[in-house]
Amino acid sequence: MNADKPARAYYFRFSLGQRYLHGLVIVTFLGLAASGMPLRFSDTLWAKNIAEAMGGFGAVLFLHKLCAVGVTAGFLFHVAEVLYRGLVKGERGMFWGPTSLVPQPRDIVNIYQQFRWFFWLGPKPRYGRYTYWEKFDYWAVFWGMAIIGISGYMMWFSAFFARFVPGYLFNVALLVHGEEALLAIWFIFIIHFFNTHLRPEKFPIDPVIFTGRESDEELRRDRPLEYQRLVDQEALRVLQTDQPPRWLNNFARIIAIAAVGTGFFLLAVTLAAFFAGS
Amino acid sequence: MGSASVLARNRWFIALSFVLVVPGAARAAALTTQECLNCHNAMPARLVDAKLFQSSVHSALGCTACHSDVKAFPHIPAPKEVACRECHGGIEGDYSQSVHAAVWGKWKLKYSACLECHGNPHAILAKTNPRSPVYPLNLPRTCGSCHGSPAMARRYGIANVYGLYIDSIHGFALTEDGLLVAATCASCHGAHRILGANDPQSRTYRNNVPATCGSCHANIEALYFEGVHGKALKAGSAAAAVCIDCHTVHRIARVQTAAWQAKTVATCGNCHRQQLRSYRDTFHGQVTALGFVETARCWSCHESHRVLPPSDPKSSIAPQNLVSTCGKCHQGAAKGFVSFEAHPDPHDRALNPTLYYAWLAMNLLLLSVFAFFGLHTVLWLVRTWSTRNHNSAASGPWRPQ
Repeated sequence: MNADKPARAYYFRFSLGQRYLHGLVIVTFLGLAASGMPLRFSDTLWAKNIAEAMGGFGAVLFLHKLCAVGVTAGFLFHVAEVLYRGLVKGERGMFWGPTSLVPQPRDIVNIYQQFRWFFWLGPKPRYGRYTYWEKFDYWAVFWGMAIIGISGYMMWFSAFFARFVPGYLFNVALLVHGEEALLAIWFIFIIHFFNTHLRPEKFPIDPVIFTGRESDEELRRDRPLEYQRLVDQEALRVLQTDQPPRWLNNFARIIAIAAVGTGFFLLAVTLAAFFAGS
Repeated sequence: MGSASVLARNRWFIALSFVLVVPGAARAAALTTQECLNCHNAMPARLVDAKLFQSSVHSALGCTACHSDVKAFPHIPAPKEVACRECHGGIEGDYSQSVHAAVWGKWKLKYSACLECHGNPHAILAKTNPRSPVYPLNLPRTCGSCHGSPAMARRYGIANVYGLYIDSIHGFALTEDGLLVAATCASCHGAHRILGANDPQSRTYRNNVPATCGSCHANIEALYFEGVHGKALKAGSAAAAVCIDCHTVHRIARVQTAAWQAKTVATCGNCHRQQLRSYRDTFHGQVTALGFVETARCWSCHESHRVLPPSDPKSSIAPQNLVSTCGKCHQGAAKGFVSFEAHPDPHDRALNPTLYYAWLAMNLLLLSVFAFFGLHTVLWLVRTWSTRNHNSAASGPWRPQ
């Protein structure tokens, strides 16, 4: 990139479809957590109050199933899109290489380098399109959805599934469903929130998943390999865009802060209940 | 009002009556009721209301049946306290064993205890008379005049239970539905021979409770004695649940209400702690813990009164009956469905290895993810902060590295 380029150039990082998908995941995830955690910690007062406020058993279950269907649709749509782009349109880079979300040997090296950086033993690793923690975020959510989804649908349609599997698998389903959900919400509300939004470099939020764009400065600083790749492939110009409009930035802030706030509330009550109960 | 003060207040009237009545009364014949009422219905103090007396059960007997020491007029010294036992000897025998008699003895109370419940001695009505204080619809209020008073409860340590009873299904049946068959105090405690609940003879003694309740709820009593609780009670177990352990004593609620149904899971859990804990590890138990009753509660599977062990072929949870028991809620539940463990314990490998290993795996997963990323996050935060301090000390404003 030439030095005489405007300093505040912006490039697209996420497509509109990806941003909508993330939005769908936020809404359904919070809905599922808010309607599911009261059951996981049903002996607490906050659980009773939340369940009561939602409108009782029928409403809690309806909300939970509604969000489940929503996120299932998003999940299936995403998988279909990945397969279509990867297999039909031949975007092999989706499955392997510098722009893939599939873990690469380089990620192991990056982890090692990142820890060296933590201890002042080396420079910060040079990241590509996706860092290893972003890949972990993606796959944690991906497998989390699969596991929670399958166990959830098993319990929802228990009489049907009981034709094929023994009944005690519903005990396993509930346990796995609840523990995986607990893992998911604690991971999202602690690790994802910190890694992506709350760490001092990004605080209070990183709006890129909402606006779809990141600045030239951020791209060069946070993902030098990706920047280099785009420069080499002369793809940077295609991705160039304007600064996100003010309404979009404000929208991103409102959504993100509301989500983080809701998440922190659920985090606090579930942590308290977990450690008070065990 | 003591008889002395009555005499004092009416001394001029009494003096006058001596002059007017004595000549007639001097005849040796027994006094008639009318003769008594001439004075006692007319006196300003009106010791006896003639109209009330004539409608009372005792009116035909006449005054001297009870006031048997009054032979003639004037009757000085004042007549003795009437002893109801002279006629009602059997009742007196019952009463003398009761907690009330003990109280009367303890406090050396002189006046007749009978009247505390039966009311005005000159206007005692049959218990079938709606105006009687011991008519079923009136009885709780009568008992409640002592057993509904916080002040009395504090002072004498007696049970203040009237309010609890009135709020019960029995109380509602009485006050709102006006049912004569509704259980009142006497239905459970008896009328005259009321014994303390610790007395093995008492109708409210633990072991006698099922029979007492069963005097109305006959079918429930039969089912109860078929079940484990009833059998254990008969075998002499002191821990066996009786009616009141689940239904409470006075404030017995309608069992159809959601509030009651939600509460009673914990009631069973008072004794069956382990089972309650494991029940809470199911969706059934989680939902009821939130206070909702849409999922199975203890008796949805175990029956409420005839609780039988799975080894009993009549039991709702006997293996051969599980499909129909689960099928009450889970329409179309197949045979495989019933291997669902309604009381799971993920910590018990022998009970269900799959569940145990799933639990172990999930815990390891949680632990390893949070150990790694917890450390990762903390180190990152420390590194960033120290970079900032380092940079701001060395070269002004912090710029991300």
